[in-house]
Amino acid sequence: MGSTSVEPFAEALAEEYMSHHGTEKIFVQGGGSSAGIQAVRTGSAEIGMSSRSLMDSEKDLIAVPIIYDAIAVIVHRDNPLNDLTLDQIRRIFSAEITRWNELGGENHPITLVTREEGSGTREAFQKLIMGKKEISLSALVQDSNGAIRQVVADDRNAIGYISLGLVNDRVRALKIDEIEASVENVQHHRYRIVRPFLFIFKSDPQGLAKDFLDYILSPAGQKLLIQEGLISMNPNPESQKVARR
Amino acid sequence: MSKEKILEKSFLLIALSSISILALIAFFIFQQGIPLIWKVGLNSFLLGDRWFPSKESFGIFPMIVGSFWVTLGSLIVGVPLGVACAVFLCELTLPTIAMVLRPMIQLLAAIPSVIYGFWGLIVLVPLIRNHLGGPGLSILAGSLVLGIMILPTIISISEDSLRALPRTYKEGALSLGATHWQTIWRVLLPAARSGIVASVILGMGRAIGETMAMIMILGNAAQLPKSILDSARTLTTNIGIEMGYASGDHRQALFATGVVLFFIIMVLNSLALFISKKGRA
Repeated sequence: MGSTSVEPFAEALAEEYMSHHGTEKIFVQGGGSSAGIQAVRTGSAEIGMSSRSLMDSEKDLIAVPIIYDAIAVIVHRDNPLNDLTLDQIRRIFSAEITRWNELGGENHPITLVTREEGSGTREAFQKLIMGKKEISLSALVQDSNGAIRQVVADDRNAIGYISLGLVNDRVRALKIDEIEASVENVQHHRYRIVRPFLFIFKSDPQGLAKDFLDYILSPAGQKLLIQEGLISMNPNPESQKVARR
Repeated sequence: MSKEKILEKSFLLIALSSISILALIAFFIFQQGIPLIWKVGLNSFLLGDRWFPSKESFGIFPMIVGSFWVTLGSLIVGVPLGVACAVFLCELTLPTIAMVLRPMIQLLAAIPSVIYGFWGLIVLVPLIRNHLGGPGLSILAGSLVLGIMILPTIISISEDSLRALPRTYKEGALSLGATHWQTIWRVLLPAARSGIVASVILGMGRAIGETMAMIMILGNAAQLPKSILDSARTLTTNIGIEMGYASGDHRQALFATGVVLFFIIMVLNSLALFISKKGRA
């Protein structure tokens, strides 16, 4: 059990796995990354799912990254800006910069769009970009990646963030510190706004847990995740093509 | 026991079970919500203006203000339109036309709120964004849509209270030489006042409770809005938008938001009941 960001993917994987292994049963449950890590420690779950890295106090557990999700900062198609620095993005989302012309763009106010509190994407954005700063309360809040994409696609002045796999031609992903948000750049560790989806174990995985993990890390398992828009760190040109539909 | 007694008892049981469901829901909301209000403090919960559940700050004042503005806005849109429509149906048009119009108005109440929300998002929001500025997702858009959504409530209850007036009021006014308009304005509307006020309060209850359409149109920023072109978040949308991933204190804070909402709705409904009773006495 664990992270609600990983849950849907784990469910799809478990379903696929069980369809090949008739008698085995895998139960997937959400509850949040911390709850998942706790459940592994107490032994109530064999595998924990986490969309954040282990904290120092949790380092006695074993974390295996199964797949990666990159977060893209998106703007309207007609926005003339292509490139922002990490610091600029931080100051935009904390509402220190409130107009596009402060960044060399059009003379319009910036419309911030963010995910709701509790969302894993927001948590990752907060950690990877905002650091200690808060996302401004004046930001519009939408409760899914799709809704954010919709608002940004409709509003010339908007800026938001979504999973890279969900960027389509209705919005434009910005380069961050001159690095384009692309699968290749994530795989070569150039694009840094990336969060791992982790499986957490108490000790070296064995039996069913190990078999399930092996399945996920196998080409078949990775392919299923890539189809969902996630990024495998094993550059395999054949399978990555699917993600770039 | 006679057959009649058994039937009587079983009907009582059925009636009680439906009330007990209400009691259970109320109990659950309070049981979940009150501990958090206790922990945070009633004052800082109701009057705090920072909502960062992940950082343990739970202030719902922006949502209370948001609910207030959106509801007020919807009344400004809906009440004049609704009462005028009721007067038209009752006094100014032929009964046959009223008979065609009335079911159409009732149809407004049957449209799912997500459709209103979608319409607002696709039609109103871009209009506001392009012509008035701001993000479009705003109190103004929310008020306009809600104003239309509460029309059926206001029209049907106001019309009923106008129709319930004794014919002698109208006949008396007309025979004293008042014009039709003077009769409506000076005699009929004041006489039906309590019913109209009750319709407004019930419409207000509907407006405060509306969630889906508002999530789509208001933009949900947890800020204190400064103008009607700003985005806002209401009490209901606060629950609706964040319930998906909330856990622990965050989840309890959403239930606590529900407690506040519960009290507001209770007060409004009792007020409506009280006013319409007073009118009849």
